[in-house]
Amino acid sequence: MYWSINLVILIFVIVCALGAIYVKDLLATAILFGAYSFMMCLLWAIMGAVDVAFTEASVGAGVSTVFFVAAVFRTSRRTKD
Amino acid sequence: MTELFMLIAAKYNYCLYVILMMIGLYAMIAKNNLMKKLVGMNIFQTAIILFYVSIGFKHNATIPIIMGDHGHGGHGAAINAADYMNPLPHVLMLTAIVVSVATLGVAMALCVKVYQRYQTLEEDELRMRLSEKIKL
Amino acid sequence: MKLLSLIVVCLTGGLLLYGTADLPDWGDPNAPASLHLSNYYIENAIRDTEVPNLVTAVLADYRSIDTMLETAVVFCAGLACFLLLRDFTPKKDHHYRHVPTGVILHVKNPDRQVIVGNEFEDMDKEWLPPDTIIKTVCRMLIPFIQIYALYVVAHGDFSPGGGFQGGVILGSSFILLAISYNLKYLLKRVSEKFLGILSAAGVLVYMGIGLAAMVLGGNFLDYEKYAPIFGEHHIRALGMLGVEIGVGMSVTAVMVIIYINIVSEGKHDEGL
Repeated sequence: MYWSINLVILIFVIVCALGAIYVKDLLATAILFGAYSFMMCLLWAIMGAVDVAFTEASVGAGVSTVFFVAAVFRTSRRTKD
Repeated sequence: MTELFMLIAAKYNYCLYVILMMIGLYAMIAKNNLMKKLVGMNIFQTAIILFYVSIGFKHNATIPIIMGDHGHGGHGAAINAADYMNPLPHVLMLTAIVVSVATLGVAMALCVKVYQRYQTLEEDELRMRLSEKIKL
Repeated sequence: MKLLSLIVVCLTGGLLLYGTADLPDWGDPNAPASLHLSNYYIENAIRDTEVPNLVTAVLADYRSIDTMLETAVVFCAGLACFLLLRDFTPKKDHHYRHVPTGVILHVKNPDRQVIVGNEFEDMDKEWLPPDTIIKTVCRMLIPFIQIYALYVVAHGDFSPGGGFQGGVILGSSFILLAISYNLKYLLKRVSEKFLGILSAAGVLVYMGIGLAAMVLGGNFLDYEKYAPIFGEHHIRALGMLGVEIGVGMSVTAVMVIIYINIVSEGKHDEGL
């Protein structure tokens, strides 16, 4: 039972990671990066690493996304590539 | 050929972790924008943490919090080590996540400082402006 | 350049995949990672420390020097961010807004200091009218978020959590206050000096517990030497709680310091 839900969420994670480095708008990168963090947190919660999942949820999907958006606010939003 | 296929089917999760790591590495090397490089670095870090945590997984085992009648002094039922997941990778990876967020904070501060000085975050434009400064 | 990096990445990926052929299957209880030391931790943590959460027991007791240095790393990151970005030059032009009528005063390059009355408020260059819904919801939620953060720190022994997670949640409650109102609103309540002292005090609490154990006659971070003061029962769990509080304090302050310095480019005047 573990393998099927693991496979589905791993595919989501890879799609989010590919999307985050492909888009040309840095704000969209920040949001996709937050989604990637959430999917990772789910993956670890399924594998039984509850402390690691808690930390990644609070750090990656919370504070890290805020830092990214704050830095994009102070620099430019478009990128050529 | 079939045994290669059986090998991949048994260890398919390692293949996917390696693919994720290589996506992060590619973003760090090949992308031009400094922020995208940072995203690649973070993808690489979390993929390594995922790989490490998956080593500690055991089938039919529960989370590493001992529950039940542990009592005072542990005079309950004997704790079977195969019933609980391995806590050691979790501990080491907790430290790794903390260090990764600290690194991200300092890297963002550096990006903001570079933008203040050169008004761009693209690597080729930065190189051009740096070489102009040196020529003067 | 991109083609070359693609080739390098594919080669590295191929090498790594070739190396994973020797790794044990997923979920095997006889894998070498699960055999030697972790069995000792699983079987003896309750008897030694009486803390059910094995991850906290290993993190704050068996491997506590690692955690102390990780707290020092977080403190250094906050310090580095402050030193890189902080800009102490005073602001040249000020904007003031008359609250009853909405008239905006723009004072450029004052030779003398400008003092305004009570009806004027300081405003940023990009001023938005205050949004009632956001302000009310955030104002009501923030105390509950802070209580939850303190709960996570205190219950690190019995449920998933601990000092680091609770510290991040407490820090993000302050960041929520800065986002929903104004950066100056946060800085009036939580000054920069307080944040700097709090972040250093967290590391000091951790090291202080370790050094006091040495003064009392034991090893560094030996919690059992505190037994004459606090009682024999659960002494290692109490030592772990004190250490987690130190970690939480440091992490809270550092998250808020990094946010303030990034979002205002070091000038501490305007923000998101």
